[in-house]
Amino acid sequence: MLRAIGERSIDDLFAPIPAEYRLDRDLKVPRQMAESEIVDWFRERSRENGDGHATFLGAGAYYHYRPVIIDSLISRGEFLTAYTPYQAEISQGTLQSIFEFQTMICELSGMEVANASMYDGSTATTEAVLMAVRLTGRRSVVVASSVHPEYREVLATYAFHQQMPLTTAPFDETGRLDTKALEEAITSDTACLVIQSPNFFGTIEDVEKVAEIAHRKGAILVVSIAEAVSLGIIEPPRSADIIAMEAQSFGVPLGFGGPYCGVIATREAYVRQMPGRLVGQTTDRSGKRGFVLTLATREQHIRREKATSNICTNQALIALMANIFMTIYGKVGLKELARHNLAKSAYAVQQFGKHAEILFPGAPRFNEFVIQTSEDPYAINSRLLGHKIVGGFPLKKFYPDLGNASLWCCTELTSRTMIDTAVGLIAESERSVKSAKEETAEEVAR
Amino acid sequence: MPKHMTRKATRHVNQNEGLIFEKSSPGKAAWKMPPLDVPDVDTSELLGPLERKHLGNMPEVSEIEIIRHFTRLSTWNYAIDLGMYPLGSCTMKYNPRVNEVVSRLDGLANGHPYQPEKISQGALRIIKTLSDCLLEITGMEAITLQPAAGAHGEFTGLLMVRAYHEAKGSPRKKVLIPDSAHGTNPATAATVGYAIENLKSNSNGMVDIVALAAQMNEDVAALMLTNPNTLGVFEQEIHKIADLLHAKGGLLYMDGANMNALVGKVRPGDFGVDVMHLNLHKTFSTPHGGGGPGSGPVAIKKGLEPFLPKPVPISKPDGTLGFNYDRPQSVGRVRSFYGNFGMFVRALAYILANGPDGLRQTTEDAVLNANYIRKGLEGVYDLPYASASMHEVVFSDKIQAKKNVRTMDIAKRLIDYGFHPYTTAFPLIVPGALMIEPTESESKQELDLFLEAMKSIAAEVEEDAEMVRTAPHSTRVARLDETAAARKPILRWKPES
Repeated sequence: MLRAIGERSIDDLFAPIPAEYRLDRDLKVPRQMAESEIVDWFRERSRENGDGHATFLGAGAYYHYRPVIIDSLISRGEFLTAYTPYQAEISQGTLQSIFEFQTMICELSGMEVANASMYDGSTATTEAVLMAVRLTGRRSVVVASSVHPEYREVLATYAFHQQMPLTTAPFDETGRLDTKALEEAITSDTACLVIQSPNFFGTIEDVEKVAEIAHRKGAILVVSIAEAVSLGIIEPPRSADIIAMEAQSFGVPLGFGGPYCGVIATREAYVRQMPGRLVGQTTDRSGKRGFVLTLATREQHIRREKATSNICTNQALIALMANIFMTIYGKVGLKELARHNLAKSAYAVQQFGKHAEILFPGAPRFNEFVIQTSEDPYAINSRLLGHKIVGGFPLKKFYPDLGNASLWCCTELTSRTMIDTAVGLIAESERSVKSAKEETAEEVAR
Repeated sequence: MPKHMTRKATRHVNQNEGLIFEKSSPGKAAWKMPPLDVPDVDTSELLGPLERKHLGNMPEVSEIEIIRHFTRLSTWNYAIDLGMYPLGSCTMKYNPRVNEVVSRLDGLANGHPYQPEKISQGALRIIKTLSDCLLEITGMEAITLQPAAGAHGEFTGLLMVRAYHEAKGSPRKKVLIPDSAHGTNPATAATVGYAIENLKSNSNGMVDIVALAAQMNEDVAALMLTNPNTLGVFEQEIHKIADLLHAKGGLLYMDGANMNALVGKVRPGDFGVDVMHLNLHKTFSTPHGGGGPGSGPVAIKKGLEPFLPKPVPISKPDGTLGFNYDRPQSVGRVRSFYGNFGMFVRALAYILANGPDGLRQTTEDAVLNANYIRKGLEGVYDLPYASASMHEVVFSDKIQAKKNVRTMDIAKRLIDYGFHPYTTAFPLIVPGALMIEPTESESKQELDLFLEAMKSIAAEVEEDAEMVRTAPHSTRVARLDETAAARKPILRWKPES
């Protein structure tokens, strides 16, 4: 090949690089490994990473069963190793599957249009806010403090550089948005209100009521949904203007936090301000149905600095996982799956409630709930870890005011035995704290 | 039918398939729940009016129908697994299957992002090892893996640039972007709140040093440069570019989209780059998956380290690994959790499979392949810039345009020969561009088939231009009506009423 090119050595091909910068040594990276060694190396890492533990963690990343055919299908090279479907004639497989994905997201969310995916729930929520700012011409944003704290952090990062004032709306004793405070927080400069439902505490918001307040003041309502399985049994937030979803629960592995699948759904009237790729139906010259990427004039490769977003690569293969998952469970299965989640967490609430306080009573929940323990939840969790069970998420990391509160999640994969074991340890913890208190009291009395 | 011989591809029957909704009928199911081991619940009592009664038009289909549906759809796609995918700037290289196996190991696939650090040492070790390798490969000094894709990496990098300048007193006003840049560069700079100033290329397709010197001042926060640039040309005067920027306190941002031309041969950190992003889905072999997921780590010099997104992975005094959230000068968080971890696993597996020798040879082969294509097509297609090519080569349709055949037509005709098209109409500085990047994955045999196809199409343009203009002729659908799709968008299926 060198001869054909007319060069003498490979080095001649690198002649354009000034000699002073050329690397004249080996890179200091591990030596080349055989396939068997690579598998062994990662097996070791897998063993060091909680392999075989059961979990009560949710908080924006949910452990659901993944039907095996998801991986069989996404492993087909034609899906796995294809590029973005710009060349429609040889990308109909990807394009049609995205069209079906967009349709199912619309059906489940109650919205009219959905895009092909965003990076994750946090960036979808943020992009929904930027969209609301463009739509209203207003700049300030009100976000509920019960929205996932990391989503709020990402929003804050983007808002700061767009000079968008960001205020936080508190929750009340039911865990729902404090509507009185909300009335004051939303002003004539508010572009949008961002809420999450079920919210970070697992509580389902009264979206109708909140929407009425936002709309009365001309603000757009953005609803973030982090636990997509909830849509199987809970009314979607139909009065929202934009829904920003995390579809990880639909067949996407936890994978230590990613890749996941964000998606934005909204009203048809807002479609031209939507970020991200969209697939539309059309025909070829013989009238045959086909699918193409469309409305690209919103996107960076056409509009450059005037684009609705800088997003290019999205989460296509992960959206395909979610698509297959939604197809498998479908109209009846998704409801049944959600009912199992509801039943498991209802049982857990009842059992935990015998020994510890369940916070935020009075509003319905889906598959997460908050308990207040007398002992530090990190201490309880470390004992639970001895049983190869990962306990609930200690909330003091994000909500120091909530003291020893922790957030627990039960999905269809949480067994009754697991729940009973955790409840046993919590009962023990409460007993020992109580008896320690009594001893101190006795000493004081003496 | 093509008059010329198509050695690579043969037509064969593939299956028709409707939308999944058109196959649905009540009672079909592909799922089964186990019996509940806790008491069942009265959903209406628990949820009241919030209970959802109907799931609209969600499908009801059987497992074999789902398998056939998606398998049939898959056969309508072109893929790297089928053949050369010469998309310039996209680095469509082979996606090793061992990467897929290791990323699905139980502890890695099922690790929860909030599980205690004590039982997350495996994931943290992967993050640490990959970070170390990428720093060595780029010659940079600190890194974040949090960004989810290239454009997201650009955003994160420019946020750090902004924070860096702000800490020095002023965020500055604008970012210089060459006219050959990717569209994401100006879109990103706008998102971070910078004005964009266009920088013209010189007659060699490189940064015009004189123009840069004239445009460079204390208002410029950074220059966003792709190197090799989108013509596949290495910016030979890179040291002058860096010096010009640094003299006025500006920073050099490198778009790492074309890093496949440099790994193991030269390091951006050594030629004056201050901030750069990588695309793990290009250079480091993670699959494109029909448009994502990607991963866009950002590597920086020490001076920008305080501004890294949080959390930052650290080694703790007891020898274990963890995350540090206490970063007062951080630009904040750009994504939930820690980034596209599954892509880290795959990229690291790729690096381990190559080692120092393999990484260098990969680059050498990628550059050799591009130059082999350049030599093979020179004269057949117009080469607008004579500058030496690295890993990709850009031709134009100037010769074929005389017959009113454009780059998109040639690209579509290539489909009939069994290839995916090259990148069309980019970079913008070349009218009618054909941007070809073969990557190291292609054998001489595959490259020869490609050259043969390209030469054959050039001959067809002379003989029957209309046939080329209406290509492709062998696909399930012909060119689709994109105007109609955009004018009256149909973005979802609806039942016939």
